Amino acid sequence: MKTIGQNFKRVDAYGKVTGEAKYTSDLEPGGCLVAKVIHSTIANGKVLDFDLDAALKVPGVVRIVTCFEVPDLQFPTAGHPWSVETAHQDIADRKLLNERVRLYGDDIAAVIAENEIACIQAARLIRVKYEEYEPVVTVEQAMSEDATPLHPDLRKDNVIAHTRFTMGGADFTYETAKTRAEEEYGAENLIEVNAVMNTPRISHCHIELPTSWAYMDHNGKITVTSSTQIPHIARRVIAQALGIPVGKVRVIKPYIGGGFGNKQDVLYEPLNAYLATLTGGRPVKLEISREETISGTRTRHAIKGECKGIATRDGRLLARSLKAYANNGGYASHGHAICANCCTVFKDLYADAYGSEAEGFTVWTSSASAGAMRAYGIPQSDFFAEALTDDICYQAGLDPLQFRMENCMPEGFRDPGNGITFHSYGLKACMQKGAERIGWEEKRRLYADQTGTVRRGVGMAIFCYKTGVYPISLETASARMILNQDGSMQLQLGATEIGQGSDTVFTQMAAETTGIPFDQIYIVSAQDTDVVPFDTGAYASRQSYVTGMAVKKCGETLRERILDYAAYMLNHSETDMAKTMHAEVVAGAKQRMLGALSLPENTEITAELLDIKDGQVIWNAQPDTDEGVLFDLSVIAETAFYSLDRAEHITAEVTNQCKQNTFASGCCFVDIEVDMAVGKIEVKDIINVHDSGILLNPQLAAGQVHGGMSMGLGYALSEELLYDENGRPLNNNLLDYKIPTALDTPKLNVEFIELADPTGPYGNKALGEPPAIPVAPAIRNALLHATGVALHELPMTPQRLIEAFQKAGLI
Amino acid sequence: MKIIKLKVNGRETELAIDERESLLDTLRNRLGLTSVKKGCEVGECGACTVLVNGEAIDSCIYLTMWADGKSVLTVEGLKGPNGELSLIQRAFIEEAAVQCGFCTPGLIMTAVEIVGTGKRYDREELKKLISGHLCRCTGYENILNAMERIIEETYKVVCK
Amino acid sequence: MYDIKSFYEAASVQDAIAALCADENAEIISGGTDLLIRIREGKAAGKTLVSIHNIPELKGITYDEDGTIVIGAATSFSHLTNHEIIKKHLNMLGEAVDQVGGPQIRNAGTIGGNICNGATSADSAASMQTLNAIVVLEGPEGLREVPVSAFYTGPGKTVRSRTEVCTAFKITKENYEGWAGHYIKYGKRNAMEIATLGCAVWIRLSPDKQIIEDVRLAYGVAAPTPIRCRKAEYAVRDRDISDAAIYELLSKNALEEVSPRTSWRASREFRLQLISELGKRALKQAIINAGGKTA
Repeated sequence: MKTIGQNFKRVDAYGKVTGEAKYTSDLEPGGCLVAKVIHSTIANGKVLDFDLDAALKVPGVVRIVTCFEVPDLQFPTAGHPWSVETAHQDIADRKLLNERVRLYGDDIAAVIAENEIACIQAARLIRVKYEEYEPVVTVEQAMSEDATPLHPDLRKDNVIAHTRFTMGGADFTYETAKTRAEEEYGAENLIEVNAVMNTPRISHCHIELPTSWAYMDHNGKITVTSSTQIPHIARRVIAQALGIPVGKVRVIKPYIGGGFGNKQDVLYEPLNAYLATLTGGRPVKLEISREETISGTRTRHAIKGECKGIATRDGRLLARSLKAYANNGGYASHGHAICANCCTVFKDLYADAYGSEAEGFTVWTSSASAGAMRAYGIPQSDFFAEALTDDICYQAGLDPLQFRMENCMPEGFRDPGNGITFHSYGLKACMQKGAERIGWEEKRRLYADQTGTVRRGVGMAIFCYKTGVYPISLETASARMILNQDGSMQLQLGATEIGQGSDTVFTQMAAETTGIPFDQIYIVSAQDTDVVPFDTGAYASRQSYVTGMAVKKCGETLRERILDYAAYMLNHSETDMAKTMHAEVVAGAKQRMLGALSLPENTEITAELLDIKDGQVIWNAQPDTDEGVLFDLSVIAETAFYSLDRAEHITAEVTNQCKQNTFASGCCFVDIEVDMAVGKIEVKDIINVHDSGILLNPQLAAGQVHGGMSMGLGYALSEELLYDENGRPLNNNLLDYKIPTALDTPKLNVEFIELADPTGPYGNKALGEPPAIPVAPAIRNALLHATGVALHELPMTPQRLIEAFQKAGLI
Repeated sequence: MKIIKLKVNGRETELAIDERESLLDTLRNRLGLTSVKKGCEVGECGACTVLVNGEAIDSCIYLTMWADGKSVLTVEGLKGPNGELSLIQRAFIEEAAVQCGFCTPGLIMTAVEIVGTGKRYDREELKKLISGHLCRCTGYENILNAMERIIEETYKVVCK
Repeated sequence: MYDIKSFYEAASVQDAIAALCADENAEIISGGTDLLIRIREGKAAGKTLVSIHNIPELKGITYDEDGTIVIGAATSFSHLTNHEIIKKHLNMLGEAVDQVGGPQIRNAGTIGGNICNGATSADSAASMQTLNAIVVLEGPEGLREVPVSAFYTGPGKTVRSRTEVCTAFKITKENYEGWAGHYIKYGKRNAMEIATLGCAVWIRLSPDKQIIEDVRLAYGVAAPTPIRCRKAEYAVRDRDISDAAIYELLSKNALEEVSPRTSWRASREFRLQLISELGKRALKQAIINAGGKTA
C-alpha cells in the first residue's frame, strides 16, 4: 500500500487526547528541587554586589548562586550545527549568569529551594547593587556614536554584522539603476516608491513554557530533560557552557508543547545543568514563567526596512533596494543569519530587470534577544517586498496580480549567491488558484470607488522559502531502524516531533520504503541523546526533507538486509534451516514461487527477485497478485533473531549529509472589511495556496497551514511586544500580548499545488514555516485596496489604523 | 495540611493538601493527573481547564480548598472502562485537531461541558465557547471541525 | 502554590466579617480570578484570605417583595447571564458580563468581584452605572446601601472598607421595567480581553416607541472610574428616535464629560474616537432593543 500522500492519523494523537503523552514537567521525579532565575531590574549596566542575607534565611532555600560564581565561560545559544570553521561559529556572548547586564531581566542569579514559594520569597528579598548605563533599546540608539558597546570584548560597537547582497552583478547599486531607468524610459514613465517600514518584535507563544529538570549522577554525568526542538545541539551547548566533555551530558526531549523556533535556541538548559552540579545529586527543575518566556527567552526580530523600488508605469519592475536594521536584543543568538536571510529573500522574490540590492545590519540593543521564529527573517522580508510591490501597483494603477505574474521569480530560478534553485515551480499556479478562489478580478472591480467608513478590499502576497539550511550551513541527519522479532520495526531518529507531525510522516516514509505497514512501525518519539542517532533537530522546515532523505536511505538498506535474509532462508529451508519452526512455510513458499515462475528446483533465489509489501515477503515478478506472497515478515524476523545456523539482528543505520536545497513558494489572498470609525479590520475570506511539493499527509499539511495562517493574522493585526523607554517590557503576558483567539479567527482555507520536487526524498519540500509568511502583507495590501491608506507598519492595530484614517481625512 | 474530600474522575478521594495549592497543583502533583497542563498560571491560556461540578474552570486560579465536597473531572476520567475513547476524543483524532497537544486536554474538557448542555451550537457560537483556550498550532480550524462533529454526533444520538 | 499566609473558608457573611476583623492582613476572596493573579504578581502576597466562595446566601438572583432585583454578589458571570430574571429584565447586563475574559473565567469570576475591585475597565461597571444599581455592604457596623454612582472613589478604589462584605446589588423596578439597552465592549481581540473602552446605553421609549423618554449613558475606561454622562443623556432625552441628530448630540456631549488617559494600552485620542463612535452605536442598538425603529 502506498503510504505517502495518505491521511494517516497522527501516531501521537491517542496519547495526546488521553493526557497520556508525557511532556517534560509530567516526567519530573519526586523530590525535585525548584530553581528560579533572578533577573536584573535595569536594562544596561553591571552588577556590583548582592545582599543575600535575608533571602538565605527563608526556610527551604538551599542555595543562591550569583553571576560572580558561575564558570568564566562564554557560550553561543543558536540552534545551529556547530561549525568546525572558526569563522562561522556562532557568537559566544553570554555566561550562565551575567555580571554585565544587557537587557531588563538579564539573568544575574538563581535560587534553588525545596519549593516554589521559598524560591519566590527569597527572590523578593534579594537586593542588588548596580552600576547603570543608559539603555540602548532601539537600533538607532544602539548604533549612535556615543552608545555603550554591549559586548566590547567581541565588537567595537553594537553592530553584530553587516552584509550586502546584490542581483544584477556585484557592482549593482539601486542609484545607478535608477539613473539608467530614467535615461531609458524617462522619469515621467516611471513609478518610484520609497518607504520606511517597520515590523514588530513578537513572541512565539508556544503554550508549553520552556521547562527543564536535571540531575547529576554518581559518574558526574548530567542528564537534562527539556522542552527543546534541538536535543543534540542542546547537549553540545551545555557542554560548552559548563566546560565539560559532550559525553558527560545527556539530553532527553519528551513531547513538547510547541516551539516555533524559540526552543531552537538553547535557553535555560545550560543553567539547569549547572545548578544540578550543586545539589549533591538531587534533581532540580527550572520552569520559566510565561512572563519570563515572552520577554526573556527569544523573540522574532523587529526589523526596520528602508525600501525602494522603481518600475515602469506599464508594469515592468526594474530595480529595488532594501536596507534592513534588525534589532537583535542583548544577545546574539542566531547572530546575523536571520537578517541576512531577510535580505536574500527580498531580492530573490522578484526578477528585477536591472537588479536589486539588500543590505542588512544586525544590532545588539538593551532588549529581549531575538532569535529564530517560524520563517527566520522572511515574514519581515516578505512584508517589505510585498508592501512595496502593492505601493508601486497602487501608484501606477496596475493590477497587483498581473504585476506579480509578470515580475515574480521565474521557473528554474537560481540564486547566484548560494546556488539554491527552484526545482519544482508552482508559484504562478498558486497565484492562479488563489485568485480564482477569492474572486480576484470581480472583487477588485466591485470594491473600487467605495465611499463611507465601512469598506471592503482584496489583497494578496506571494513568498518563497528555502528548504533547510544548505549550503549556508551543514545539513545532516541520521536514522536507525531495527527489525523486531514479529516483523515490526523500531524507528529511531534524532529529529524531533514538536507538534508539526514529523513522527507521523517519518513513519509513513519508513512504511513506504520498507514495505512494513504503518501500524507496525514504532517510532521512538522521545529523543534521548544517549540513544537516538544524531540530528540537528526541528527548524528551517528541514526535517521531512533532510531527515526524510536519511529515513529513505535507511529504509532501503533495511529492506535489502531483510531480503538478503529472506533469500538465504528460501535457499536453506530444506538444509541448514530445516529444523527451524518456519522452515516448512518457507519451503512451501519456495515451491510455489519456482512453480509460478517456471524455474528449476535448484534455482538459487537472490534478493533481487524479492520484495516486501504490506509486511509480507513477495516475489517481485508478480507484485500485485496474491500468488506473489511468500510469507510474513515475522518468519524472517523471528528466525533471524534466534537461528542457530545464522543469527542476525537486522538493523540499519544511515547518516545522510544533504547537499541539496529547493525553493517552496505560495501565496495568500484575503478579502477584508474595514470599519474605519473603530479601527477594525475583519478578515471575511482568506486562502493560502502552497507549493510545497508532494504532500506527505494532506490532512496534517493543511493543519500546519492553518497554524501558520493564524500566526500571520496575529502578526498582521495584534501582536507586538512593547517596551518603555527604560527597556522594561510592558506586555509580557498572554492577556496584553495578543495572539488570536478562536473568535478572532476566520475560516482558514488552504489549497496546494502539488508538484513533485526532484530533490525531495518523496517529492516533498518545505512546508512547516511558509504558511506564516504571506498573511500579514496580504491583509495590508487589502487595506490599501479598501481605503487607499498605505500602512508601513505592523501590526495594524486599531489605534494605528485610526491615526492613519484620521490623517487621511477618512474619519 | 488540610484534609479535603472530593470526587475526582468519579472516584471519592480524601486528600491532605497545603491550603496554598491551586487545583492545578493538586491534580498534577498529588494525584498524577498530568493531562492538566500549566501554560500561564493566570487564567489566560486555558491549558489547565478541568470541570468542577460540571463547569469548566481554569484550575490554575482555583484554590483546591474550594473543591472540598465537589466533583472534579479531567481528561483521565473520560475513557471507557476498557480504555475506549469518548466521542469527543475520537473526533479530535479524526479531524486532526491535535498538533503539539498541549492545549488539547483543556479543550476536550470544555468540549465535555459544551456537549453536556445538549444544545446544538453553530460554528460562531462554538468559537465563543472555546475562546478561553489559546492554541498556537492549529488556528482553531480543525478544533472547531472536531467540535462541530461532536455536536452533530451527540445531537443524532440524543434525537434517536 | 500561592504565597499566602493562610486561608479561611467563611461559613456565612457574619463569619467572614468576623474573620476580616480578626486579622488586619486579611482580605476577601470570592471567585479569585483577580486576587489570585495579584498574589502571584507579588502585589498581594502574604495575605490571609477569607473566602466567601462557598456561601450559598451570596449566590443567585431573586426579586424583592417590591420587585427590586437582588443579585447575589458571589453569583458567577455565567450564572448571571443564563438566569431567567436577567434574561427577562437586564439582558444588557447579562450580555456585558458574557464578554468578560473567556468562558472559564466567566464560570469562576463573580459580579461582586468585578465591581468591588474598582476597575474602570470592569465589563459590568458601565451597565451597573446606567441601572442605578445599589451596592449592599455588610460590615461590623451593620448593613449599608450605596448607590453605584457613589461607590467608586478612584482607580481601583471604592467606599467599601476592608472589613465589609459586598453581599448584593439591587436594581429597583423603576430602573428596569420598560427599559432596554445595549453594551459594547471594545477590545483589541474578541475574547480574553480587558476593555479598551466599554459603553452602555440604557433607554426607555414612549409607548409608541418614537420618543426617548429617558436614557442613560455610561462608559468604562473613559475616566479613572466608570462614569455616567448626564449632559449627553439630557441632550437626547425627549427626542424623536427618527431624528438623525441624536447620535451626534449624544457623542458630542459625552466627549465633554469624559477624561480618558494615554497609556501604553491606548492613547487618549484613540479612546476619544471610540467614546464618540461607540456612544452612537450603543444608542442605535439600544433603541432597536427597546423596540424602536431606527433609520
